[in-house]
Amino acid sequence: MAAYVVRRAVQAVVLLALVSCVSYAIMDLAPGGPLAVYLHNPQVTPDRIAVLRHQLGLDRPWGERYLAWVAALLHGQWGDSYYTGRPVLSMIRERLPATLMLMLSAFCLSIALAFPLGIFAATHRYSWGDVLLSFGSFFAWAMPTFWFGLMLQLLFAVHWRLLPVAGMHDIGNASVPDLLRHLVLPAIVLGLGSIASWSRYLRSSVLEVLSQDYVRTARAKGLPRRRVLDRHVLRNSLIPIVTLMGLDLHVLFSGAVITESIFGWPGMGRLFLEALNNRDYPLQMAGLVISATLLIAGNLLADLAYVALDPRIRYT
Amino acid sequence: MPFGSAWLRFRRHRAAIAGAVALVLVTGGALFAPLLTPYGPTVLDPDHALEGPSVGHPLGTDDLGRDELARVLYGGRISLLVGVTAMLLGSIIGVTLGSLAGYLGGWVDTAVMRLVDLVLSFPAIFLLLILLNWTGGRGPVPMMVGYLGLFGWTGLARIVRAEYLSLRERQFVEAARAGGAGVPRVVFRHILPNTMAPILVQAAFAVAGAMLAEAALDFLGFGLPPEIPTWGNLMTQAESYLTSNPVLVIAPGAVVTITVVAVFFIGDALRDALDVRAH
Repeated sequence: MAAYVVRRAVQAVVLLALVSCVSYAIMDLAPGGPLAVYLHNPQVTPDRIAVLRHQLGLDRPWGERYLAWVAALLHGQWGDSYYTGRPVLSMIRERLPATLMLMLSAFCLSIALAFPLGIFAATHRYSWGDVLLSFGSFFAWAMPTFWFGLMLQLLFAVHWRLLPVAGMHDIGNASVPDLLRHLVLPAIVLGLGSIASWSRYLRSSVLEVLSQDYVRTARAKGLPRRRVLDRHVLRNSLIPIVTLMGLDLHVLFSGAVITESIFGWPGMGRLFLEALNNRDYPLQMAGLVISATLLIAGNLLADLAYVALDPRIRYT
Repeated sequence: MPFGSAWLRFRRHRAAIAGAVALVLVTGGALFAPLLTPYGPTVLDPDHALEGPSVGHPLGTDDLGRDELARVLYGGRISLLVGVTAMLLGSIIGVTLGSLAGYLGGWVDTAVMRLVDLVLSFPAIFLLLILLNWTGGRGPVPMMVGYLGLFGWTGLARIVRAEYLSLRERQFVEAARAGGAGVPRVVFRHILPNTMAPILVQAAFAVAGAMLAEAALDFLGFGLPPEIPTWGNLMTQAESYLTSNPVLVIAPGAVVTITVVAVFFIGDALRDALDVRAH
């Protein structure tokens, strides 16, 4: 068991290293390279660019540069933004809490909705609720997320004036209830895909567990239905869902790019979009590295959780 | 190939039949657009900009006076084209790599699977956006198709590889090899027809995924150029007029949703109908 954990962790680190390698190679291939911002300046002659290249160490062999970059990365030196000149890390630090808040709310909302729905659909198989959930899931996946967000805005913010249209706070109002009001729509949009997939996955997982012998035994013993559900069925059906949640972690981060764009949420997703529009390479690469890390970490957590939760699995 | 009885099983899924009908309608609308509307999708008519739905313009006009219904119909051409070709590209790559990995095994298998892991370790949206950003921002259709195909082949590769791993032990493969067939012939001529079922199912979902991805990229400003009417571009350009002319946003989005749902239902039913193990 411990050997498996170590092996997976090492794999994850290797994968992360490979990802950083490819990322650095891509950054190198960017049109104009790291000095692209200077190429547009007519006053900068090719001679001066060559001097700059040497000063910045860009004429060293690729491997050397890459290792230096990794070392800098690990020391917290993520470079300076091409656009604002500020350190990338501090720009990220400003915006990250907002995105984390959004991701967390979407995550909690997804759990709160997907679990009851999935369990209900499994225990009331082929009922109207179950069929509705299946259809609803398909629709949830089929809608372009930004369209869904716009429709929610149209309905709740414009027509019914129940919730704010965009932003994180009303001006001058930094209270928690106001924040929660602003969180509702973006969290729903961000969590929609997860709600659909987790509930359907949970449904099939619960169905599989319900057909197991030990459930039949529990019922035969005369245990109340509630107890059978909570104690015997649920715990065993949750195992594959936990892994699914780990895999979905980076989806929440990626989805935030669109959601923050629609709702004007001041988070990392919007920062990344700004970096794209401003051709701010260091910031773009930082976003890529963060999301790749989340992806790999999420996969690792999912694998480890699966092994930890299921006593039947013992990987040697 | 078990197509005869599969069709009977497919017919039992009413949702899939409804989906197929919807898909035929949407595709027909896109193909026969010139017959269905007198307007072109890019004909400007600024005097009649931002009009609501009327008899002359069933879905109203957009901010440059273009007829919305025409744009939705013609837009279907591009969106469907991108979806299908991206799927084809992804399928070709996925089937080729997956089949070789599954059949040859050994280092080929390991190499392909490591490649799959690496590609999957990159969050597609971020990488795609960066690559698009660097290769000129808004690319033409072939570039978009290329990108979407390059990011969509991994799922199919894994599935095809699993199929080949199990099928290569079968007797008909041994017979083919004994008959002198080389690797490409065995892989493509003999084993491939037996793996069509999961490939078709994946193809359906790949089309849906590609269409949604293209729409999302349009919205973020890195999809196809705004002059090309795709459903994603229609919605993006209408975003500013959400409150005044909601039809401009609702209509393309509804059509996308219906099309993708139809594809989902068809794919789901295909999966049930072609499931060899079920019968």
